[in-house]
Amino acid sequence: MYQYDQYDQAMVDARVEEFRDQARRRLEGKLTEDQFKPLRLMNGLYLQLHAYMLRVAIPYGTLNSRQMTALGDIADKYDRGYGHFTTRQNIQYNWIKLEDAADILADLAKVEMHAIQTSGNCIRNISSDHFAGATFDELVDPRPYAELLRQWSSFHPEFTYLPRKFKICVIASERDRAAMRLHDIGIQIVKNEAGEIGARFFVGGGMGRTPMIAPMIRNFVPLDQLITYAEACLRVYNRYGRRDNKYKARIKILVHELGKEEYTRQVEEEFAHMLDIGVEPPREELARIAEHFADPTFEYGPKTVDRSDPDFALWVDRNTHRHKHDSYVSAVISLKPVGGIPGDATGEQMRLMAQLAKRYSFDEIRIMHTQNVVLPHVQIVNLPALWSELDAAGLGAPNMDTIEDMIACPGLDYCALANARSIPLAQRISEAFDASGKTEKLGELKLKISGCINACGHHHAGHIGILGVDKKGVENYQLSLGGSEAEDVSLAKITGPGFTEDGVIEAVEKVTDVYLARKEGEERFLDTYRRIGMEPFKEALYG
Amino acid sequence: MDNPLGTSPDEVQFRFREDEVADHATVTVDSCCDQTNATAVRIEPGDDARVLLPFLDRLALVEVNFPGFADGRGYSAARILREAGYTGELRAVGDVLIDQLSHMRRCGFDAFAPDKPLDEEDAARAFATWGNVYQRADDTSGGRRKTIAELRHD
Ligand code: HEM
Ligand code: SF4
Repeated sequence: MYQYDQYDQAMVDARVEEFRDQARRRLEGKLTEDQFKPLRLMNGLYLQLHAYMLRVAIPYGTLNSRQMTALGDIADKYDRGYGHFTTRQNIQYNWIKLEDAADILADLAKVEMHAIQTSGNCIRNISSDHFAGATFDELVDPRPYAELLRQWSSFHPEFTYLPRKFKICVIASERDRAAMRLHDIGIQIVKNEAGEIGARFFVGGGMGRTPMIAPMIRNFVPLDQLITYAEACLRVYNRYGRRDNKYKARIKILVHELGKEEYTRQVEEEFAHMLDIGVEPPREELARIAEHFADPTFEYGPKTVDRSDPDFALWVDRNTHRHKHDSYVSAVISLKPVGGIPGDATGEQMRLMAQLAKRYSFDEIRIMHTQNVVLPHVQIVNLPALWSELDAAGLGAPNMDTIEDMIACPGLDYCALANARSIPLAQRISEAFDASGKTEKLGELKLKISGCINACGHHHAGHIGILGVDKKGVENYQLSLGGSEAEDVSLAKITGPGFTEDGVIEAVEKVTDVYLARKEGEERFLDTYRRIGMEPFKEALYG
Repeated sequence: MDNPLGTSPDEVQFRFREDEVADHATVTVDSCCDQTNATAVRIEPGDDARVLLPFLDRLALVEVNFPGFADGRGYSAARILREAGYTGELRAVGDVLIDQLSHMRRCGFDAFAPDKPLDEEDAARAFATWGNVYQRADDTSGGRRKTIAELRHD
């Protein structure tokens, strides 16, 4: 995995010093809160309902055991003993004191980490496939391109005061495990007919109050023009993205209002100009970065394992993913124990995951956008030992991609913008389905909950989505069906009038019953919905 | 004052040029295109800087106004002018604060006239924030400064 050289380290150190200086000037009254706000935001410091929240970047979701240990230590030292992994493959601490912020950033810098550009109207942390570099089905490892983009987008002098935040995602397989087309820019690394590797650009996706699927604007950008093309996309946005209305400021609105053709035309014009100017890093830089992502030395070993323990066998079936080396798998550590807070881990659990990564996964860890953790390279022969340690620590839930593997935003328990609570609802749903034993029968079913229209919980992209709305001061929940953030991307449709908290749990029961009754063959919930349409579900809910 | 828009030389707090401070009344981008003798112009956030490209030879001063620091269009305007070969004074005016100075400098601004004068020491520190830089921008053009990637492969 990527390691800082003296230049990268100096950049992060410079930023810590800059932030210390900003905090000093704020305390000396030289900066107003209005002036300080965008600066603290660019360093990941949000003001929430009860305290400051610090969001730490985990570039393309990859980290090593030393970094994971540091995250656990920060949870214990500066927070209340836990941290929250997010849908952007980052971690958030919900109970931070402003006075501690600079010290936390300094602790992070010691392990090559930071909170740079994790909020604010700038290019945010780049996300990627959580199985990158390990999965059987990828063309190449997408992370070198993500790292190239990370360096380009860090402290970009022109794009630090964009109309709105900007999220980029890079994947390199046909399967989309990173919600690529729901990003401001989604990049898929592809091979063209001549056998060359290049980048396919999708621009203008996003969730929030106006969800949109990014259209493709360029089929193939040669790799030695990748940064140049991204720069052209951003410049057009920086100049013409709407700044009159915060809710219309994302690039998806610009692409939508101009039309894909006109936006593309402007980008191509800017791109041609920039090719003349020359903004691309030297070609050798990509090669240098790629060396950091070379495969570890895989060893041959057994390809099967004793499955006589049914609990273990279930976990293997649910929580492992096929590896490019057939003696290995990628193992998913679920942060969705029944009745738990989706995505939360204690400091102690983080340190344990770090140790396990060191022992069983070449020191590598990934964070999934579904708020779980991956050990990407586990030898099949080591699975029983890994599983028993995870299970003992409450980290062995066998529920990846099931209804219990919910995404839920912080909601009204933490967030100042929330209409309704998300976490308690998620907890109750997982308890109900676990108790009735229906989870297993339902198979792959992606349920996603947001506490308000900002859609941090990806509800538009849920096979089942739940959105908290405020109905005359009472928490109310809207149900939607048919969304997907995978390669078969689609936006969910609202079923009809909303429900109370109890009512929405009952409604989820009802729609899953419709599925079980109407399912044909190997269909997933989503497939059945697509085949039979909304009516049968509406009938069951409101009929 | 025939031109309430422009800043005067004594409002310029920081300047990275050897030549005399240009003391010209600035005109709007629209009138710059009509008035063949205008030598100084002021760009507002919504203006298209490329409209000025045919007149760059006669311009000695371009002011880019930042009515609010969070509106970043002026950064693109600055780079566009420099990319087109503009060598006259490029002055950032308006809501220009300490923490924007280093990025503005990288985009090609070489004079700064903030609404409220900035602390000299804080500003000196801000201009020196980045010992090295990742991206190509105005400051790396013409071989003036190497990016980190270029230093790595020197
Ligand atoms: C609790 C503090 C939080 C606040 C105040 C907040 C605020 C917001 C706002 C205002 C938006 C809409 C932006 C727009 O459409 O322009 C948004 C979108 C989003 N947030 Fe959050 N958020 C918070 C926490 C989180 C967390 C914990 C996660 C991850 C689990 C998250 C992930 C996202 C995602 C994925 C989007 C959608 C991005 C898109 O529209 O493309 N947020 N957030
Ligand atoms: S979806 Fe709304 S309630 Fe949930 S975290 Fe985002 S802003 Fe807060």
